[in-house]
Amino acid sequence: MQPIQSGNGRLFSDAAADSARAAFAAKPRAMANKLMTVPEAVSRLVHDGDYLAIGGFGCNRIPTAVCHEIIRQKKQNLSFAGHTATHDFQILCAGNLTGRGKTLARVDIAYIVGLEARGLSPHARRVMESGEVEITEWTNYALAVRLQAAATGVPFLPTRTMLGTETFEHSAAKVVECPFTGAKVALLPALYPDVAAIHVHEADCFGNCRLVGTSVADLELARAAKRLIITCERLISNDEIRREPTRTVIPFLCVDAVCEVPYGSYPGNMPGEYFSDEEHVRTWLVSERDLGSFKRFLDDHVFGVCDFSEYLQKCGGLRRMQTLRQQELLLQGNRETSTSES
Amino acid sequence: MSYNAVELMICSAARALDDGKTVVVGTGMPCACAMLAQKTHAPNLVVLFEAGGVAPQLPTMPISVGDSRTFHRGIMATSMADIMQFCQRGMVDYTFLGGAQIDAHGNLNSTLIGGEYRKPKVRLPGSGGACDLASFCWRTLVVTMHDPRRFVPKLDFLTTPGYLSGPGAREAAGLPKGTGPYRVITDLAIMGYHPQSKRMQVRSLHPGITLDQVRKATSFELEVGENLETTTVPTPRELEILRTEVDPHRYILGRAA
Repeated sequence: MQPIQSGNGRLFSDAAADSARAAFAAKPRAMANKLMTVPEAVSRLVHDGDYLAIGGFGCNRIPTAVCHEIIRQKKQNLSFAGHTATHDFQILCAGNLTGRGKTLARVDIAYIVGLEARGLSPHARRVMESGEVEITEWTNYALAVRLQAAATGVPFLPTRTMLGTETFEHSAAKVVECPFTGAKVALLPALYPDVAAIHVHEADCFGNCRLVGTSVADLELARAAKRLIITCERLISNDEIRREPTRTVIPFLCVDAVCEVPYGSYPGNMPGEYFSDEEHVRTWLVSERDLGSFKRFLDDHVFGVCDFSEYLQKCGGLRRMQTLRQQELLLQGNRETSTSES
Repeated sequence: MSYNAVELMICSAARALDDGKTVVVGTGMPCACAMLAQKTHAPNLVVLFEAGGVAPQLPTMPISVGDSRTFHRGIMATSMADIMQFCQRGMVDYTFLGGAQIDAHGNLNSTLIGGEYRKPKVRLPGSGGACDLASFCWRTLVVTMHDPRRFVPKLDFLTTPGYLSGPGAREAAGLPKGTGPYRVITDLAIMGYHPQSKRMQVRSLHPGITLDQVRKATSFELEVGENLETTTVPTPRELEILRTEVDPHRYILGRAA
């Protein structure tokens, strides 16, 4: 099966199933208590030069606290899976061109820089237009399939996407003729991230997880990553997990750290819990326009706070969270900017 | 009843969606079109979102294609791969896209503007799900403002496949047979594609718009369909639903100049 065409992008991770198997073989099997703080989890599990992936969908069910901590601990030279990345990417980009070295060195791009209907992030643009980050192009489905291949334990999977486009030319995919039917298919190499972080609704201290709503590519990601940090809205008991095993979507075997972070997807949306804080996302976007004002914003909101709960406090604390909960439950207009809480 | 350009675009695009079909939409105008279609002639139109939402009863317009509204009172909240695989195996009839640039064959650019690949003048998000959806769904619709910088002879980057270089090119590249661009709906006109040449052609001019205006707003040579029509104006009922149920806060409707 010789390639007919090859994308000219660089592959930033090893797609070999056997190297990944060696990493998975070394993962502990014991049902051990993995509760720790976010700073502890990031310091133990995220290393300079790692390939990082973040779960959720940009501004929805994202592990914001882990993203903050990665730039707070000045992790350097990471590869990143830019899959449906919006606010998470915006945070990580704050580790580039702000006097803190270079957090992101290589990015597999499916969706970056933008925040959907909210517009483009000025700082993420600054970083990606600087030429200092090495890039390879993909699509949202392509990265989901690459994680699926990794979760399956095979070196690639075939698809019919990217064919005929410059997205393909700048990817690291290959087109071959199907040995069964003769049809052209694009082969996508497995993506085994060194480390991933996913935010879920509930987890027990061993890392058995439940979530509500769309899973995006997180079930694949949890199984594809060599190390996995879970942040959860609520810690629940193992008895609760065992009462309804059908609700477990990520088992403890995949998980290396469990951190309880209430409102952990803020300012993103958390299905059934709270809506996105559009006003605060806008504040990020506006402060990014000028590098000086962005640095002050970051010092104030990220680098100058000791942890995520202090960040929440800065953003209006429990009162603001209650307003967002009412918006999520459709008890008030979900895009109103009212800050009157009483 | 008077209406603005965005309202006309949404009503025209909504009418292009048949009842009993499936559609993957993005947020903003495409989503408004699908919501309006459901509330008028296409109550059985199944709306899917790329993050995993299936057939929600949308209470308000979603902000993100992955926010909780995209599966509010839905049939299923699944994964992105599941949605894309419905498309890839041929079960999704339409997709609705935007893009910074479109060419005469309906190819789209949402990756970069100007400069070099590694150091562009403007870095845009990239494909997202657009390349996947336009590769797999039977018919691709685009809603966008008509502007000579958008309708270009050559894209700065071909992110998402239309008819590629012309007749037979999609099939030769390995894309699924019988798929491709279907309609482009702008603030000036409705375009389709010539059945043989696969080049964009004007099918219908919006009331009060001349062919010359549309050509001036297009930087490639725009063909004209055999029976050039005038776009049907929005009915009072469509406008009423659009303004009171689909977008009461005028997040989208308010964008018209």
